Amino acid sequence: MGNIIETKKISKKYNGFLAVDSIDLNVPKNSVYGVLGPNGAGKTTLISMLCTILRPTSGMAIVNGYDIVKQAKEVRASIGIVFQSRALDDILTGREHLEMHASLYGVPRDIRQERLDEVLELIALGKKADEYVKTYSGGMKRRLEIGRGLIHHPKVLFLDEPTLGLDPQTRENIWDYISHLNQTSDITVLLTTHYMEEADKLCDEIAIINQGKIITSDSPRNLKKELKADTITIKVDYPDDFVEKVKELNFIKDAFLIDGEVKLMVESGENLIPAVVEFASNEGFPVKSVELEHPNLEDVFIKFTGSKISSEGK
Amino acid sequence: MAELEGIYTLWLRETKRFFRYRSRIITSVVTPLLWLIIFGTGLGSAVRFGNMPGGYEAFIYPGIIGQTVLFTSIFSGLSVIMDRQYGFLKEILVAPISRPSIVLGKALGISTAAVIQATILLLLSFIVGVSMTPMVFILCVGIALIMSVGLGGMGLVIAAFTDSMEGFNLIMSFIVLPMFLLSGALFPITGLPSWLQTGVYLNPLTYGVDALRYAILGESALPLGISIIAISVFAVLMVLVSSIIFSKKEQSLM
Repeated sequence: MGNIIETKKISKKYNGFLAVDSIDLNVPKNSVYGVLGPNGAGKTTLISMLCTILRPTSGMAIVNGYDIVKQAKEVRASIGIVFQSRALDDILTGREHLEMHASLYGVPRDIRQERLDEVLELIALGKKADEYVKTYSGGMKRRLEIGRGLIHHPKVLFLDEPTLGLDPQTRENIWDYISHLNQTSDITVLLTTHYMEEADKLCDEIAIINQGKIITSDSPRNLKKELKADTITIKVDYPDDFVEKVKELNFIKDAFLIDGEVKLMVESGENLIPAVVEFASNEGFPVKSVELEHPNLEDVFIKFTGSKISSEGK
Repeated sequence: MAELEGIYTLWLRETKRFFRYRSRIITSVVTPLLWLIIFGTGLGSAVRFGNMPGGYEAFIYPGIIGQTVLFTSIFSGLSVIMDRQYGFLKEILVAPISRPSIVLGKALGISTAAVIQATILLLLSFIVGVSMTPMVFILCVGIALIMSVGLGGMGLVIAAFTDSMEGFNLIMSFIVLPMFLLSGALFPITGLPSWLQTGVYLNPLTYGVDALRYAILGESALPLGISIIAISVFAVLMVLVSSIIFSKKEQSLM
């Protein structure tokens, strides 16, 4: 299969600030690849370099066999992009956006109508396709942008935070849509997100990035497996003291204090809750609540960075 | 071929935008009419000008057409700032077409808007008592077209260096108004104090207004040929400069 995107020690520096720090990224062809990280981790900068919007300070990258600096035009012709911020013209209709994009990307005239119909059906704008974009809802705008990114049948679709600011219902629809697309057509999707759930549901492989560096990359399943741990979240009085004290218990692999809650990494957590509660009471930490969670990507993230991905992530 | 199609696509978008913002079309016709009817008649009645056949209104008529072309072209060029703020410029700049084609498509779209407005004013020539023949009409449209390509290109250059619409007032006070006032739209450009004369001759709009005045009233300060050459050189120069700037600054525009 091979990789459709490869970067070698790619870096981007802004006025002395290293936004992307020599990243080596390998994205297998026809996969859905997620770049996961908190806001400001360098995700958008990384994706912008791959889309030829930003020039790397050092290092290089190949997209669909083309060098992003020397063959920028060829790269542009092989990719579709959905930007994090909206990139629509209020006073054009949805159909006009698609037509314009098709001709800018040189979709041959004889198949243009066919492509337009295909995409319009996919993004299900219905009658709204012929109304001005300013009358669209957030979800419709997003669907239009995704549809637009697809009309020239790109080899790689870049989605920068595709569901940011959308309601849960629309978010789910867009996820289904992306999965369906990946299964039915010859396309690789590279998406950035700071929603754990999004990465978990959609991606075949993810790279966790923080402060411009890839911390780890693997399939979501393997990453979770690596933790070999359940999380017991416990609320007690004096959590700062408790987090130190609780490490005395030999079955606790690790303990963190996050937002006033103590998170304990354990194996087969369901059997250990009574022991933890008893320990807390004996040591003089009244327990307010206890919760057990099987590992999710958030925990993976916490394990690798020692901090929560964002206040919005679950 | 792909480049031509790209130019056409961008031209089409500009033109659609122009026709959809109806209020803009109305203002751009009403403003010059106010100048012609109120300012022209008022000043024309108060002051007696020698050597102005047809009166002051007729004298400023070509100047006001020049003003309309100036305002429309520069402000359409500045719409790039809005495109940038709304992210739409990114969508255009990441397309696989060359930067000069983007600039040319945009500049032609701007010209279309400016020429349409000039045409409306030319059709209203009876208001100032100027007779319009098909030949004069065609010549004026041609001049307006060349002027608008240059001024639109200039608008694009300014837009490339302006981050937000906050800079709009600065551009208005330091570029657009001086250009209008120094163009000889409102007064004859002969026999001026030398400092003013210099400013007038450095202003590309002067040559456009002078050419229009020759076409419409049959009199001008400079030979028609010189004026046409001046505005053509300006047009080519501005398209070149904005193409270079868009290619060089590409990264920071997105």
